[in-house]
Amino acid sequence: MFVCRTCRQTVQSATYVQWPSRACVTAGRGSFEQRRGVHNTRVQCQSLRTRLVVLQNKTNLDVSLTKGAGISTSSSLQGSAEENDQKFQRPMAQTTIDEEEVKKFSNLAELWWDEAGEFEALHSMNELRVPLIRDALVNQRQQESEGTVRPSLPLEGFQILDVGSGGGILSEPLARLGALVVGVDASEENIKIAQAHVMHDPKVARNIKYIQATVEDLVGTEAEKFDAVVTSEVVEHVADVPTFVTACCQLVKPGGSIFLTTLNKTYLSYALGVVVAENLLRLVSPGTHDWNKFISPQDLQYILDQNDFSTRLLHGMMYNPLMKRWSWIKNTSVNYAIHAVKAT
Amino acid sequence: MAMSLSLLFRRCCPKNRQALHRLFSTASTSESSDDADIVISGGGMVGASMACALAYSDSFADKRIVLLEAAPDRGDFHLPKRYSNRTCALSPSTAGLLSSFGAWEEIEMMRSQPVRRMQVWDSCSDSMIAFSQEDMTEPLAWIVENDVILGAIMRRLRQAPNPVDIRFETSAKSFVIPHVSESWEEKSKHPWVKVELGGEKSIYTRLLVGADGSKSAVRAAAKLHTVKWNYEQTAVVATLRLAEAIDNNVAWQRFLPTGPIALLPLSEEFSSLVWTTTPEDAKHLLKLPEESFVDAVNDAYWHERDKNALADKAVDGFSQLLNNIMPGGTAMKQLPPTVTGVEEKSRAAFPLELMHASHYVRPRVALIGDAAHRLHPLAGQGVNLGFGDVECLTRILEQAVAGGSDLGSLNHLLTYETKRQRHNLPVVATIDGLQRLYSTDFTPLVVARSLGLTAVNSLTMFKNLIIQRATA
Repeated sequence: MFVCRTCRQTVQSATYVQWPSRACVTAGRGSFEQRRGVHNTRVQCQSLRTRLVVLQNKTNLDVSLTKGAGISTSSSLQGSAEENDQKFQRPMAQTTIDEEEVKKFSNLAELWWDEAGEFEALHSMNELRVPLIRDALVNQRQQESEGTVRPSLPLEGFQILDVGSGGGILSEPLARLGALVVGVDASEENIKIAQAHVMHDPKVARNIKYIQATVEDLVGTEAEKFDAVVTSEVVEHVADVPTFVTACCQLVKPGGSIFLTTLNKTYLSYALGVVVAENLLRLVSPGTHDWNKFISPQDLQYILDQNDFSTRLLHGMMYNPLMKRWSWIKNTSVNYAIHAVKAT
Repeated sequence: MAMSLSLLFRRCCPKNRQALHRLFSTASTSESSDDADIVISGGGMVGASMACALAYSDSFADKRIVLLEAAPDRGDFHLPKRYSNRTCALSPSTAGLLSSFGAWEEIEMMRSQPVRRMQVWDSCSDSMIAFSQEDMTEPLAWIVENDVILGAIMRRLRQAPNPVDIRFETSAKSFVIPHVSESWEEKSKHPWVKVELGGEKSIYTRLLVGADGSKSAVRAAAKLHTVKWNYEQTAVVATLRLAEAIDNNVAWQRFLPTGPIALLPLSEEFSSLVWTTTPEDAKHLLKLPEESFVDAVNDAYWHERDKNALADKAVDGFSQLLNNIMPGGTAMKQLPPTVTGVEEKSRAAFPLELMHASHYVRPRVALIGDAAHRLHPLAGQGVNLGFGDVECLTRILEQAVAGGSDLGSLNHLLTYETKRQRHNLPVVATIDGLQRLYSTDFTPLVVARSLGLTAVNSLTMFKNLIIQRATA
């Protein structure tokens, strides 16, 4: 289930991940972006006109399926959104959603979202990283303008990109705080799991869009679009860190923020992050981390510097496996978090 | 475009917003079901104050809160002339909670009686203990009728800035709790709690708060285990008239071998009685003519039949010794007022039991008040523990909202459970222990408890610690 960015209505679509609903695009409203989730190839349309033709062909098919052939849809170009919506409503049996698939990913979502399960440490890390992002963005807004912040929706109006969103463990809290969140993940399975989970909470689903993509894919169309880019526990899994971080940086608006949390490249991080966490305590499944991919905060800051970012904050983080809680510490030799701001 | 739409959303009044929300929400929710952020089952003193605490908190400004109450709407509360026989001793911390949403001010405008001194003594010996704040300036507690407390809370709830959906004459027929209820596996597998109201109506909620008393249906549905036993005791309550108008601000409690008897101040002329005794004795007391009942109360406070000579001698010697070590350190025994009448039809009785749930929470479920713990009324702590639950759960839910977490997430609910059990369990155990210690006239125990009480009475520091624990 997806929410149209333009008219805020929910649309059900399995093959398209899109904010403006088809109805709105057909009516000529809102911008249009389309991505085939399965093949990860961008369908680039030359102009709105050709996009509409592409869509028109597609919708003709849908309508003829439900209402039988012979119903003309040529008027839909001029027709109002309401009319179009009615035409696009199909009986559940004829959607492209595969019930089996939905079930499978719902079950997987339960794994991701079991707060005492495999991802327990990630769930409890929210207690640190959500306030970090919230307070940094809210402070920034209060410095720029003297508007009041609603305590229930402090992040209202911010567009945040969650890189490596996984099952949506960090995306959902940010969306719940009012931000419009785009979660990208390279794994199709993760995207489907995240979608299967958020589907149940309409208030949160309204603010989230999950896309299967890499950040490099996004740079072409979404450069300087986001108030903040968050890459939490991702950098240590990336093959080429400088390229990855540079791409992330390009997506941030001037004056916007980037938040990174990752593991330092020290002997201690090998001992605790790999040996203890994976093999002894089994906090994460063995093989999750490759120490060679870890990066020191200095190296990361250097890359950020190169991209016109100035570091505002660098904190260490410590996990207590007995209390199952994270806390901030000064020492950055194992886990750490960086907040940097792009030059305006 | 998206911005202007969201602005439009924000400006809509809450009612419209809900209507809009329903319009835009998925087609998967059928006509008769309804979404809520928090459903509170039970609109008693604790449940209503939970709703009120949330309704006055900025964090819940756009959250949908539903309060289910089985009783019909009694409208605005009008203070009756007669005193009700059901009263509570509210601690200063409870007063703090109630005043955070203006209910305490409403109570003070109606009626409440401060307790500045509390005297507890034994019928088997001369030992006694007296509590008071320094100089008797700050009250230890206030005696307030239950009706007044609930009336004040409901009045503030109706004026709350974030409107609460109060549904009178509504109680849940059943609950479908994820991972717990059998019907959940078979049916929808919806990740939220489904509250079935009967007649095809239901509410899906992120968090269900069980405030439905000691026979909690929420607790049963969540399959939470309880530890309980019956004391084989019954509490007799009544409103009593005193012999003369006095500066009535002392709570008098005497431990009899059958159970404690307590006289709590209501006004200059009236006091409230809570007399715990055997079920047979209670039946007999209810049947007695008014005059004989008054005689029985006075006799219970004054008689010397249970005196144990050995214990008396021990206490006598011990207090002389203490007096030599710390002259003037012990508080003096005062005499309770004489009762001359009982208000018509104010006598009632109810059985007593101890109950404590081994867990207060499940994913998406939390218990507060009597649903989680019920204890002996001998120290008047029961309802204060419930209000403490409300305060704690409200703080923790506020933090959850600030951190963007799901309200029903077990992570923060466990913090609530840990905090409250750490506070409640010692209280439950102490009160149960006291009840056991004082329900016997076995000589060695009588001597031991008498000496203990006398010693504590002379240790001001230790006594202040007890006061701090009991009032905080």
